[in-house]
Amino acid sequence: MDYHTMRTFADSWGLLAMLVFFISASAFVFRPGSRDASAEAALIPLKDDRDER
Amino acid sequence: MRHATSIISLGVFSFLAILAAAFAHDIAFMNHMWVLAIVLVISVMVLLRRENFQRAATVDQSAYMDGPVRYGVIATMFWAVVGLLVGVVVALQLTYPELNIEPWFNFGRMRPLHTSGVIFAFCGNALICTSFYVVQRTSKARLFGGDLAWFVFWGYQLFIVMAATGYLLGISESREYAEPEWYVDLWLTIVWVAYLIVFLGTIIKRKEPHIYVANWFYLAFIVTVAMLHIVNNLSMPVSFLGSKSYSAFSGVQDALTQWWYGHNAVGFFLTAGFLGMMYYFVPKQANRPVYSYRLSIIHFWALIFLYIWAGPHHLHFTALPDWAQTLGMVFSIMLWMPSWGGMINGLMTLSGAWDKLRTDPIIRMMVAAIAFYGMSTFEGPMMSIKTVNSLSHYTDWTIGHVHSGALGWNGLIAFAALYYMVPKLWALSACTRCAW
Repeated sequence: MDYHTMRTFADSWGLLAMLVFFISASAFVFRPGSRDASAEAALIPLKDDRDER
Repeated sequence: MRHATSIISLGVFSFLAILAAAFAHDIAFMNHMWVLAIVLVISVMVLLRRENFQRAATVDQSAYMDGPVRYGVIATMFWAVVGLLVGVVVALQLTYPELNIEPWFNFGRMRPLHTSGVIFAFCGNALICTSFYVVQRTSKARLFGGDLAWFVFWGYQLFIVMAATGYLLGISESREYAEPEWYVDLWLTIVWVAYLIVFLGTIIKRKEPHIYVANWFYLAFIVTVAMLHIVNNLSMPVSFLGSKSYSAFSGVQDALTQWWYGHNAVGFFLTAGFLGMMYYFVPKQANRPVYSYRLSIIHFWALIFLYIWAGPHHLHFTALPDWAQTLGMVFSIMLWMPSWGGMINGLMTLSGAWDKLRTDPIIRMMVAAIAFYGMSTFEGPMMSIKTVNSLSHYTDWTIGHVHSGALGWNGLIAFAALYYMVPKLWALSACTRCAW
């Protein structure tokens, strides 16, 4: 595998794979029901009261 | 016999260090091995004095393991004082050249001492201790791996001591933020893998179904820094008992590997890790959930995907191909958006609680830190534009930009986290009503 092969892979399939992953990860955040799930997740640090004195 | 294994292995390594000093290939390596031997022998003596032969008390597995965090808080403060003090000294050396005391305290040896001192010693300890604090509390689980967390703490301090003394002895790879030579790099790799095991193990055994976003940022920081450190430090030592090594890459490839590392050290060490800090301590201190959890996820992925390409902007107008320079510039400008996504998310967490800014010194430090984060992540993309860079490069603007990020953002958020943790770690009554 020489430089040219890797370079061609990087600016074709590699680029496409990363773009698809990024777009799906961002789209997944807006799936149905994610509003409640993320509202609940945001409360995780506040639920822990073992520290509060 | 709690420390038996540690004492025996430290003893063996002290002996090996003395052997390495005896058969050293060069003077610098010999001196460096003597430093190592002295540090290890002192550690053996301290451990021997602290040893007791009673049966070890059973550890409450449901309680958080805060010992390494407490030590980490003290180490953070100690290295902050050292790192900032060396910064004052190098600044004075620029004005009063007679303060360059040859050969150990030259500007050329003191400058990496300052940069590594504040980035790896101060910020690194802040990252390790806050990550141990946060991951336990957001996972509702004790640190994984028992005493491995202590190994991470003390192993990291040994790395700092070896790096710092190496610089002063003139041992350097001359790679920005990666100056330690090959044997110190190998040691850091071992410590870092142990750190990953402790952190990831704690996440895996968590009792909270969801992995809180702060842990995403901390994990991205640990994994990416491991990758960057290993690739950038691929090198061949001249001798296995010598302090000199040569990089696996040459010419402009070497320069690009170095700045791929260098910029992502900023991106993942000083940004992703510290955003993890922000996403835990700001909601805790404001007593409000983060402004938008979904924004935090999107800006996480955007930051991860964009940061890794920004490195070439450190090599504008060099032998690096033009397309690579332009690529670095374009990705740096795009990076402005996720950065400000994070800034907005941090600041807006305080919406509805802005009155706390009048009374709460910790909130004040956090807001100043996030404001500096916003300013330096605007300034950075701007300075990466070639036409701006042709003016700013080789001027004190660069140093100003670094300090806006490292001192303004990293320093203040780390101090805010320390002020938050200390009363809880030592069970003091928090001074929340102190009027400033």
